[in-house]
Amino acid sequence: MILLKTVDLHKKFGETRACDGVNFVVNKGEFLSLVGSNGAGKTSLVNLISAHLKPDSGQILFEDKDITFATVHERIKAGIARSFQIVNLFDGLSVFDNVALSIFSREGKSTNIASLAEHDQDVRNETLEVLGQFGLRAMSSVLAGGLAQGERKLLDVAVAYALRPKLLFLDEPTSGVSTRDKGQIMDTVSSVVRAGAVTAVVIEHDMDVVFRYSDRIVMMHEGRFLADGTPDEIKANKDVASILLGAPLSA
Amino acid sequence: MSILAIQILNSLFYASVLFLIAAGLSLIFGVMRIVNMAHGTFYAVGAFATAWLVARAIAYGVPVGWTFLLIPVGAGVVAVLGAVIEPLLLRPFYRRAEEYQLLVTFGLLLILEDGIRFLWGGLPLSADPIMDVFPILRIGGLIYPAYNLVVIGVGVAAAVILWAVIYRTKFGVMLRATSQDRRMASALGLNVGLVYISAFAIGCFMAGLGGAIIVPTQAAVLGMGVDALILAFVVVVIGGLGSLQGALVGALIVSFVRTAGIQFFPEIELAVLYLIAAVVLLVKPTGLFGSAQ
Amino acid sequence: MKADVSLISYRPKLVLAATAAAVLVVLALLPPFIGLYQTQLLTYGLIAAIAALGFNLLLGYTGLLSFGHSAFFGIGAYTVAFLLRDAGIRSMELYILIGIPVAAIASALFGYICVRHTRIFFGILTLALSQVLWTLTYKFFWVTGGSDGLRVARPTLLAGMVTFTGRDAFQRFINGYYYYVLVVFALSVVLMWVIVHSPFGKSLQAIRDNETRAAFLGLRIHRFRWVAFLISGTFTGLAGILWVPLNGLTTPEVLYWPFSGEIVFSALLGGFRNFTGPIVGGIVFTYLKTYAVATTEYWQLLLGVVLVLMVMVLPTGIVGAVTALANKLRPKEKSS
Repeated sequence: MILLKTVDLHKKFGETRACDGVNFVVNKGEFLSLVGSNGAGKTSLVNLISAHLKPDSGQILFEDKDITFATVHERIKAGIARSFQIVNLFDGLSVFDNVALSIFSREGKSTNIASLAEHDQDVRNETLEVLGQFGLRAMSSVLAGGLAQGERKLLDVAVAYALRPKLLFLDEPTSGVSTRDKGQIMDTVSSVVRAGAVTAVVIEHDMDVVFRYSDRIVMMHEGRFLADGTPDEIKANKDVASILLGAPLSA
Repeated sequence: MSILAIQILNSLFYASVLFLIAAGLSLIFGVMRIVNMAHGTFYAVGAFATAWLVARAIAYGVPVGWTFLLIPVGAGVVAVLGAVIEPLLLRPFYRRAEEYQLLVTFGLLLILEDGIRFLWGGLPLSADPIMDVFPILRIGGLIYPAYNLVVIGVGVAAAVILWAVIYRTKFGVMLRATSQDRRMASALGLNVGLVYISAFAIGCFMAGLGGAIIVPTQAAVLGMGVDALILAFVVVVIGGLGSLQGALVGALIVSFVRTAGIQFFPEIELAVLYLIAAVVLLVKPTGLFGSAQ
Repeated sequence: MKADVSLISYRPKLVLAATAAAVLVVLALLPPFIGLYQTQLLTYGLIAAIAALGFNLLLGYTGLLSFGHSAFFGIGAYTVAFLLRDAGIRSMELYILIGIPVAAIASALFGYICVRHTRIFFGILTLALSQVLWTLTYKFFWVTGGSDGLRVARPTLLAGMVTFTGRDAFQRFINGYYYYVLVVFALSVVLMWVIVHSPFGKSLQAIRDNETRAAFLGLRIHRFRWVAFLISGTFTGLAGILWVPLNGLTTPEVLYWPFSGEIVFSALLGGFRNFTGPIVGGIVFTYLKTYAVATTEYWQLLLGVVLVLMVMVLPTGIVGAVTALANKLRPKEKSS
């Protein structure tokens, strides 16, 4: 079942075509990787879908509804969430509060002014559960600004995940993290996401990570889609290999 | 008909002064990304300093005709003040949270406003003698001081000179490079510190010049600084912060509206201007020529 | 799944409540020991604390620095003056009941314009607003009494049951009014504490820390800021309402921009990143100002200099500095 579809999406920045007639399809339940060299248009595509940017032309359909001009707020309500390449957290608040806020917002409780946030048992329990899944429970009361980079990345994803979206965009969840930690982070992220039956689109540069975790890989180049298939299909694709590596992959 | 001409001239006169203050504010913001809450007070210092200098000069027997030359001196005093303040009070805060920048410049506002009272007392100071140097013109059946035309001339000259400096000189290139990307400019060997202090000093000079040229026609009074700040703010809201054109157009619009407003609603002149600013902010927050910050 | 590690251990809360209660008791017992003048001064201090507390909801918790809070203080004060002069109302309860909605409406209106912007635009917008109000108060002197201001007589407390006339009226008023303000102060502190620790308060802080991310959580930024502005202005307005019967007079000076500066300074002095900072700052500032005004005519200059010094040297304020010191002295706690 198709969850998200873009139809002939265009976005230009001056002369640069970030998205040049993009027809992007995301199927429900899959773990999809979006790859390509820097400037290929991956982040722009995600920005367009998450309402960070407005398209020049084209359509975006989510669950068959046209969301091309929907606001950020509306898209989140519809079930689209994202994490950020440059970690975007509430540094002055604790790890616990960062996640709890997502849940409060999702439940429409953000405007509760007459009760203490701490006293909401449902939110507390769910926050602890999510933190546990991401391995951050021990750091609940630490301020987000004081975490190590790997933990910050996980928290960034956890905050988006806590919105329990239908479609989750993860913008380079392992960038800036040491190679040793990358595996750990992706293990956590992919297992949580699959367990929660959330459809995920991950922007990644590390091809090892991509091949290991994805159901499907989509490659962008200069604003267009170059290849689309399973990891095996992509591995066999000569165009992909030459663009990414300058030489064909060994079989 | 001649009344209309007078009104137009008055508007242009007022617009010249507003342009000087607002352009200074915009220049500083454009290059350094800060807004000095005490900018209006620099204008006031320019006015008070010039008036005081004129009075002193006349007391020492300087011929009245020469006192006109004290106007750029008064503005120069403000420029020096700015050049001292930037490295001492502002530079330590560029890297810190913006609240602290606002707090520091607000503190500066408190200090300077009271400082004016400390230096020059609480009574208005005027520099009428300068105005008397210039003839009175006849327009239609009405009289009009030529000095006001001089002010308009200064405003136009300032706009042209500023435009030329920014877009036609090497220094202007440095200014623009620094405003676009400070780190890049620094990496290319530009002395960013020098650019900053120059930009700030120029901006302050302009504010001071605004005060200096207006004081012959209108006495310097306590509180004129804050009023000027708010008016300059309205100008850059309408014209767009950081834009030279915007300061010019904004100054003209504000000035003409004010002239019209005084005719019909003298009591609530400031409120009308503020209302316009509020409307512009609601409709086009970046102003006519501004870019998103 | 059971929540094992309880994050709200009730002990810190109990300690907090006990400390607050102790402070309240001390404050309540002070008047006979400190004399009439000091009691009056302390009343002004508590009022300033309420004003700063309201102000800091915007600065410390929402990240918006307002230079125009004198507007709300003045609106509160002048509302009381008008109620007395034009409606003959003497009851403090009515002053509060009518004054608070007036302050709230004004805050809502001003806030609607101001919260669409941040930082410098917000700062100057709020400054401009209070200036407009000040100018109008001056110009329409036949309504507002102009620079002479309006006199306010001693009100009646507790629905007219307590009046201050006759013998020892002044002493009884100072003492009685002190307790009245103390109660309102306590209630205000509790109310603000709940607001700040509610989901709303947490969301506000999130918006302060990272507007983009907050939007991506589905929070409506403008709406939250607007509500914060409304609450903030109302608290400061309440302070104005409480202030004018004690001062006996309201003048345009409480609308003038340096007065906004005093409120800003109080919050900074105490520490705007802490809940108790503005409270401490408001009270301490009241004492400092009384002393400084008596010492020098250029009080505003002094205020400016100290403000700049504080930003440079002690940006976290008194409470921030004390907290940092306490943390250094306390042995390291294990992370929970």
